[in-house]
Amino acid sequence: METLVYKKPECLKKDGKFTFCPGCGHGVVLRMIAELIDEFGIQGDTIAISSVGCSIFLEKFYDLDVAGASHGRSPSVATGIKRSLPGKFVFTYQGDGDALTIGLNETIHTASRGEKITTICINNTNFGMTGGQASATTLVGQVTKTTPTGRNPEYVGYPIHAAEMVAKCDGAAFVARVSICSPASIKKAKEILKKAFEMQIKGIGYSFVEVLATCPTNWGMSPVDSMKHIKDDIEKVHPTGIFKDITQTEAR
Amino acid sequence: MIKTSSKVLVKGNEAIAQAALNAGCKCYFGYPITPQSEIGEFMSRKMPELGRTFVPAESELASISMVIGAGTTGTKAMTSSSSCGIALMQEALSAMVCAEVPGVIISVMRGGPGLGNIAPAQGDYFQAVKGGGNGDYKVVVLAPATVQEAVNLTYRAFHLSMKYRTPVILLADGILGQMMEPVEFGEYPYEEIDTSAWALSGAKNRKPRFLVSLHMQEGEMEAITNRIFEKHDLIAKNETTYEAYQTEDADLIITAFGTVARVAKAAVKKAREKGMKAGLFRPVTLVPFPDEALHNAAKSAKMVLDIEMNKGQMLVDVRSAVFGAAPVEFYGRPAGGLITLEDIYGQIEKRLG
Repeated sequence: METLVYKKPECLKKDGKFTFCPGCGHGVVLRMIAELIDEFGIQGDTIAISSVGCSIFLEKFYDLDVAGASHGRSPSVATGIKRSLPGKFVFTYQGDGDALTIGLNETIHTASRGEKITTICINNTNFGMTGGQASATTLVGQVTKTTPTGRNPEYVGYPIHAAEMVAKCDGAAFVARVSICSPASIKKAKEILKKAFEMQIKGIGYSFVEVLATCPTNWGMSPVDSMKHIKDDIEKVHPTGIFKDITQTEAR
Repeated sequence: MIKTSSKVLVKGNEAIAQAALNAGCKCYFGYPITPQSEIGEFMSRKMPELGRTFVPAESELASISMVIGAGTTGTKAMTSSSSCGIALMQEALSAMVCAEVPGVIISVMRGGPGLGNIAPAQGDYFQAVKGGGNGDYKVVVLAPATVQEAVNLTYRAFHLSMKYRTPVILLADGILGQMMEPVEFGEYPYEEIDTSAWALSGAKNRKPRFLVSLHMQEGEMEAITNRIFEKHDLIAKNETTYEAYQTEDADLIITAFGTVARVAKAAVKKAREKGMKAGLFRPVTLVPFPDEALHNAAKSAKMVLDIEMNKGQMLVDVRSAVFGAAPVEFYGRPAGGLITLEDIYGQIEKRLG
């Protein structure tokens, strides 16, 4: 008897191939999102917003309607879509460069307005697509193309802690940071992403999930070492956890 | 209370906002800036009453991006701003043209450069017509000269935007925004455009759609750009409008747009009374610019005099259209310097008197 152990999610393109570097975290997260869209049965009611960075090519991977946004403006485009079509599932897929560096204002204001959208923010602590420059979340001491001797806080300041910041917004309903550095953490990340999706599907409110993801090429590490780097170093600066869940707390 | 049937006295900014409501604008997104803040204030009162959307955006970057979001779903959406605020929208306007997303942008010019002042000016002709965004692109630009025309052109802006899937800028100035004039709103005079063939709504029982502005395959971006410019050729053929006032036998044709043109019209009338053959050519669509009509009008004139409340911006399009048919001169005042009837009459008299 044959047992099906792997099936491509319906909303991933049949002939689509992820074009990311070996060991990159994007594929893992994009697949989790696809699985959840299938599980909720919302493929025909979903509009995705692609952002600028390695996160941009959503229409190449997904059989979903996709709108593009200028750098950092995905939450605003999502706002326009959700306000026009309140019954649709609207999510933005952004990196730390897009959502937390150039687009931090849009991220914070969209959360504060309590737009009923979902933001998935891939945090790999650098600008991946442009070749690995320092971003708002780059760790102190981290070597990047623009912090060649390591991020020196005296010179370029400190990393931004996004999930903690977004959780402070009164309009946010669900805010979490997850990591994808092991099978267990990937399983956990999917559970949390599912909660974030439910927040919108049930009409509860704005949800934000920051995902600590690997970027072996720009980190100059092997995929295995990259996983270890998340666990040993990044999680110490950007700790995982649920920072806000209004369904678990009494009156806000 | 603004009625929709008979003539009422309305401030320009509120007239534009009311016209947007009549046109079926479902979403307004904006950020305050003088001299157009009344538009957002009006929308904040009216949109919730009508069950429509008003979002006070955190910036002009956000407000135009919200317009894009609504536009991708085929929803009529609008933002409004002025000079420095419109400057912040330029990247998005370029992206809208590329992704063929509709949307209406009301630009009520103030004095510049820089933060400038809040006096009426026309220094943002280049900003609207030539654009400050990246790449080869054009938006449609309409320039009203009266509050009534601002209403009519707001209707037309929504129509053209949906019909051609393009951003449309209504380019007014602080005088038009702030002054009150009698207006007849009437009803939105255009048919609704069917957006079901392209709008995003979720890929249910159809192929997925994408409205994006990044096209990395070889030749893809070139093909898209060519298609957008073919569309603009069609817009130029179908939609170019202008007003020609006593240009047929004119020795001197004044070219002017917006509020300056109505002052120029009064000056032309006065000059005619004194036996001087002046005329006025006023482009209503700045993009598409009425090149051919202006060229033909200039052929029989001795001279063209371009007058603007700036240092000479439409002037480059006037020169390009006239193309040697007559000498082109310029008179203008920048950054809030008002041009009076006497000023323009004096300019005519100097040349024809």
